[in-house]
Amino acid sequence: MIYLDNAATTKPLPSAVDAAVNAMTEEHFGNPSSLHKLGLTASQTVSVARKTIASALGCTAEEIFFTSGATEADNTAVFGAAMSVGKRKKRIVTTSVEHPAVAEPCRQLSQRGFEVVNVSPRDGAFQVEDIVAAVNEDTCLVSCMLVNNEVGAVLPVAEAFLKIKRMYPDTLTHCDAVQAFMKLPVLSKKLNADMISLSGHKVHAPKGIGALYIKKGVHIPSLMFGGGQERGFRSGTESVPLMAAFGAAVSELSENMDKRYVHVKALSDLLKDRVNAAEGLVYNSPENGSPYVNSIAAEGLRSEVLLHFLEQQGIYVSSGSACSKGKKSSIPAQFGAPERLTDFTLRISFSSDNTEADIDELMRALKEAQHTLLKVK
Amino acid sequence: MKEIILCKFGEIALKGLNKSTFESVLVKNVRRRLKKLGEFDYHRAQSTLYVYPLDEDIDMDEVMDALKHVFGIVKLCRALEVAKTMDSVLNDTMDYLADALNGVKTFKVEAKRADKQFPVKSPEICAELGGKILEHFPHLTVDVRQPDVTVTVEIREKYAFVNALREDGAGGLPIGTSGRGMLLLSGGIDSPVAGYMMAKRGVQIQAIHFEAPPYTSERARLKVEKLAEEIALYCGDIAFHCVPFTDIQVAIRDNCPEELFTIIMRRLMMEIAQRICDIENCSCLITGESMGQVASQTMGAIVCTDAACRMPVFRPCIGLDKSEIVTTARNIGTFDTSILPYEDCCTVFTPKHPKTRPTLEDVEKGQSRFDFEPMIKEAIEKRSFRLIRCGESTVEL
Repeated sequence: MIYLDNAATTKPLPSAVDAAVNAMTEEHFGNPSSLHKLGLTASQTVSVARKTIASALGCTAEEIFFTSGATEADNTAVFGAAMSVGKRKKRIVTTSVEHPAVAEPCRQLSQRGFEVVNVSPRDGAFQVEDIVAAVNEDTCLVSCMLVNNEVGAVLPVAEAFLKIKRMYPDTLTHCDAVQAFMKLPVLSKKLNADMISLSGHKVHAPKGIGALYIKKGVHIPSLMFGGGQERGFRSGTESVPLMAAFGAAVSELSENMDKRYVHVKALSDLLKDRVNAAEGLVYNSPENGSPYVNSIAAEGLRSEVLLHFLEQQGIYVSSGSACSKGKKSSIPAQFGAPERLTDFTLRISFSSDNTEADIDELMRALKEAQHTLLKVK
Repeated sequence: MKEIILCKFGEIALKGLNKSTFESVLVKNVRRRLKKLGEFDYHRAQSTLYVYPLDEDIDMDEVMDALKHVFGIVKLCRALEVAKTMDSVLNDTMDYLADALNGVKTFKVEAKRADKQFPVKSPEICAELGGKILEHFPHLTVDVRQPDVTVTVEIREKYAFVNALREDGAGGLPIGTSGRGMLLLSGGIDSPVAGYMMAKRGVQIQAIHFEAPPYTSERARLKVEKLAEEIALYCGDIAFHCVPFTDIQVAIRDNCPEELFTIIMRRLMMEIAQRICDIENCSCLITGESMGQVASQTMGAIVCTDAACRMPVFRPCIGLDKSEIVTTARNIGTFDTSILPYEDCCTVFTPKHPKTRPTLEDVEKGQSRFDFEPMIKEAIEKRSFRLIRCGESTVEL
């Protein structure tokens, strides 16, 4: 199997799997809220995981709140901002390329009286001035992703947020850093964000776990009430195994982020060269994007057909984003890909497990697909 | 161009001939605190410590945060180091000042020309920089009496410094300039605050905690260790002693009058604490008692407790209301840990009706019914010790 769909999800690391299994067996299965020893052990497991993630993000453990995933983190950030600062300020600024976990909550709020402004890229790239200019006195939230999940473009979040915070200190800033965390250096302080969403399963931990960073001093109302877990912010018995796995994965990945980046960057450059050299293939990701996410198109070969053709050969890729489930996406075009290629887009997303041989194999299969499918037509 | 931090000393400046002793302790404390954040150069002049980062990567927010926890510093200023020319003072500083000036309405400029060779005189520096600021930030007006922000320019030997943001430091006296004290640390809200308050006056703190296993859990002890870690951010390293107390509590319950249980227990705690003080060279005890808060903290009870003490007992919270103590606890970050719901040894055996006005005679008589001496010795022998390091967070709860 050649797995080239790491932006959809990643294979859990053995250390993450072990951490999860460990937290479910022997004397480690306790409820962190229990007063006895089993509770303490469980609570300590959560505490260590929280600290690991905090240190990877360059913040304090108190600023990390575990959630069921990035969707919950994004929803909490957007609705939370609307319920706090949004009581007085009714404008939300976001981008036209956000993940649905941000875009949909914003759309919901637009039906409840909020004015939602979607900033689009200009000439295929986001300009800091455009984002800043969309913000005014009446803006409660600016939400901007760091790495686009379909084409890998890196958005100028830090610069934009810095300018926005200088002009409007009350406006909350939120960054969906799901595709950037543990891939590019993401530090809470450098990002100037009040909130940052993270996902476990994009960083080789299991699904069902994510986290929201909330900067100290920023008050975001809770959306979930009950037993007061996560310091009252997100009630519900902690998923100790998933938290432990998330922590273990981040801990392992923290050790070699630079090395993994260099490896993946080389793969991405190779892919770009090979694709551009081949007839009928186009590399569509913007310059200076994240090498982990690459958008290509094979002229005349519809995404889904090609995806299944590759699947037959044991190569797993995605058409656009897995979350859009086959719906046509305008995002590559927004970043400058030719409109005519929209139907033919494939997303090749790497992890550090991939090798040059994987790209050889992909190129061979793509050529075969052109040969077979185009001739059939 | 880089940013430096100016630490303004507080009352140390008033210390006459001992001033340099206080200052050198403070500088040592600052050095120790910043060691793990990178390399710095230090320069002391006119009751101010100049902290120069030597490494580009040093996170100045972290440095500020660390310095805010150092007793003996009253004010902290971040300043921008610029070339010693008027051109640089006027033109290189505008972006830097934006943070301080954007949210305010009025300002003034002050200049200190430490280097009198500098060709432009102080009033002229003020006028020129003021004019430039007005031009750059049109929303501002000058107010020399009560400005929202004072922009200060210092012209020193090699560079000029411009600063506008001043933040409060922790105040007080440098840790270690007032001797050593033993804090009786329970898991409550008051005792960490008491430790913080004495440390603020320069006392080096050690802590003693009494535990009553199996009635109190490991979590209860970890909670207290965490509290010690939290105050260590201010107090510096804390030697933490944990004394097993169950046997003594059981003996009191079995042998002494019930209504005097708490008082006798406190007298024995004091006894153990001062013996450990003797071993550790501490010269006072520190408790979190507040007058009249509970039965053991009435005047009568304190008289009986103090009668068991050979050394001074400092109770910095004595005149504070609970709400005031809570405010301090929140400010220093111990409150959330203090309210974690674990039993401590003081609540294991409590009398139904404790005596609020005990007489010393009754208490001594009650206590003499049993010979506690062997148990006291055993408890001291069995105490456990760990060093809580300032700035480390190792306790997981």
